[in-house]
Amino acid sequence: MTGLQDRLTPEQVEEFGRELDELRQRIVADLGQEDVDYIQKLIKTQRGLEVAGRGLLFAGFFPPAWFAGVGALSLAKILDNMEIGHNVMHGQYDWTRDPALSSQNFEWDTVAPSDNWRHSHNYIHHTYTNILDKDRDIGYGILRMDPDQKWHPYYLGNPVYATLLALFFQWGVMLHDLEVDRVVKGERKWSEFKEVRAKIVRKAARQFGKDYVLFPLLTGPMAPLTLLGNASANLVRNLWAFSIIFCGHFPADVESFTEAETEEENRGQWYLRQILGSANISGGKLFHILSGNLSHQIEHHLFPDLPARRYPQIAPEVRAICRKYGLPYHTGPLHKQLFSVARKIVKLALPDRRQPEPEPRTVVGDRQPAAA
Amino acid sequence: MGKLASVAEALLTPHGVDRYLELVDPMLVRREIRGRVTAVRRQTPSTLTLTIRPSRAWRGFQAGQYVRVTVTIDGVRRTRCYSPACSQYRADGQLELTVKAIEDGLVSGYLHRHAEPGMVLGLSEPDGTFGLPDPRPDHVLLISGGSGLTPVLSMLRTLADENHPGEVALLHYENEPADLPYRAELAELVAGRPNFRVRFACTMTERGGDLHGFFSRSHLEQVAPWFGEAETFLCGPVPLMDAVRKEYADEGLSERLHTEEFTPPALAAADGDVTGQVRFTRSGKEFANSGKPLLEQAEDAGLRPEHGCRMGICFSCTQLKASGPVRNLRTGEVSAEDNEEIQLCISAPCGDVEINA
Ligand code: FES
Repeated sequence: MTGLQDRLTPEQVEEFGRELDELRQRIVADLGQEDVDYIQKLIKTQRGLEVAGRGLLFAGFFPPAWFAGVGALSLAKILDNMEIGHNVMHGQYDWTRDPALSSQNFEWDTVAPSDNWRHSHNYIHHTYTNILDKDRDIGYGILRMDPDQKWHPYYLGNPVYATLLALFFQWGVMLHDLEVDRVVKGERKWSEFKEVRAKIVRKAARQFGKDYVLFPLLTGPMAPLTLLGNASANLVRNLWAFSIIFCGHFPADVESFTEAETEEENRGQWYLRQILGSANISGGKLFHILSGNLSHQIEHHLFPDLPARRYPQIAPEVRAICRKYGLPYHTGPLHKQLFSVARKIVKLALPDRRQPEPEPRTVVGDRQPAAA
Repeated sequence: MGKLASVAEALLTPHGVDRYLELVDPMLVRREIRGRVTAVRRQTPSTLTLTIRPSRAWRGFQAGQYVRVTVTIDGVRRTRCYSPACSQYRADGQLELTVKAIEDGLVSGYLHRHAEPGMVLGLSEPDGTFGLPDPRPDHVLLISGGSGLTPVLSMLRTLADENHPGEVALLHYENEPADLPYRAELAELVAGRPNFRVRFACTMTERGGDLHGFFSRSHLEQVAPWFGEAETFLCGPVPLMDAVRKEYADEGLSERLHTEEFTPPALAAADGDVTGQVRFTRSGKEFANSGKPLLEQAEDAGLRPEHGCRMGICFSCTQLKASGPVRNLRTGEVSAEDNEEIQLCISAPCGDVEINA
């Protein structure tokens, strides 16, 4: 079987790593006012949409106003979570030294507390991307998303769990930090998560309180309509975030790795794993913004701390580097990626049929594919 | 009001009221202090005097203290300390800052080029222990050089507002007469106050000031023959501070001399320079810099700072660096700014560094 190490020769890995480091360096040196203006403008737009959405729901008895309100609020939540929250919390704007854009202070409009998420996402997922048993984003402790996860009758429910996760995504992300699956399996103790739990309770109470108690109460007799509106906005955001995130790592040809393969990894190999383990979604400018530029998942995984607005700018170069080293660059339109993910979810619900070892997809230089 | 504010906070969770208010007007924020420049005056070619109206959260200051002023330059917030030069009782509640242009000074240079009425700056709570004791000493001598003038000028004006009955003298040093700020204003201030005295000394010229040459015993005697019974407040460049300290030590008056260190920006060490002490203030650990990334140095010293990836991508190890130069090992950039957040795993100290952890 081809391991991660067999993709490129040691010299190639080194050269490849250096090229990517240089690319990063070039962007870091270029960061400036424009990047700050961009994120400030986005924040302004997000706040505007939020205020407008909340306002429109006060006129929620008038159906067009209700729908417009839900639309604006959904967009506000999507922008808040994706292009603003996710990216700010990655430290993409820490260089500005603006406390409002600091990765350590930022809180986002979702029930998962940023502190917990920074650990499970920025550290665990981004360091151990697609390493089985280490990257907890593979299946989120609920789903079977990789053929190397051992099948169990529990996984017959894969499509159902995935649907539920999509509907309640923010709650899923919140619970993800608790590692409930590991507690159930006895791998970790409930008491280890005391702090995580306390943060969850506080954050969830606030989020729940504002969307499902305070704002409905404020609209008086229209409380049920407002509550429904807020729930709808949360739902729209959940479905959207789930789709974008699942398309970033789970389309058919994205690869996963074993711990053995990734031991003593150097910088170049780490970059290599990020590329093989991510997938982009193609689309227009607005689509990229609404996805938090996670449509450029490959670029994001290579450089999680570069402002996301730079990803489209460097994508052609990353792609060219991939081509040069004979590496795949997974990308496709949303519908195609979604379909690929859905198929995987259904397929992996069932036990494996015996399949021949796959041929390595990348062959570099004069090295031949390993004989089957 | 308190109730209303907490309901508003709850409604605007998780971002909070300020993050919405500032989009309407940056001066409306409640938890941070900001200031709007209302007037700009250039008294001498190298100084810029700003009058600033602070936002509501401002609670005043004590003469001699400083504030941290923040401006955004090329997308990056830069903070420097300036002492207000006005009386702490200034009637309109505004602040007066006099900023000297420093060669290669990022913030002072920026302000000199861009400050104009309407500009909004970030301000901190006032800080610093350099100040007049309460009750006031009978006699007060103020000695300053260059931009060390501002804290002692604030003391002088404050004492004037208090109609201080004892002797008060200010002795200020500049290189040349052209650099002397506040001359007319101070002449006016002392006019009706026979117990107040202001003398300007020029170190590099023989004319134009009230006194000439560097600080000396004779200057001291001319300006404040009573200095032995006074409390003296001193702020200025290192040579001046040293000269005054020595004179006071010789007289056995060190107890009565109060100084404010004039901290010049720490010089960034040259490439590969491994010098200095690393201090983790909260845990009280101090050790010699080994040149390794700060995270490893801390661990070698038995500390367990929070961390994750150890390669600069997850920001788990971010801590506040209080002072000292560090090199970012990914970009090679050296930064010596105070109160800056750094990633321990990819920062190596190059000199004395203090971390708030
Ligand atoms: S440990 Fe991850 S950024 Fe320092």
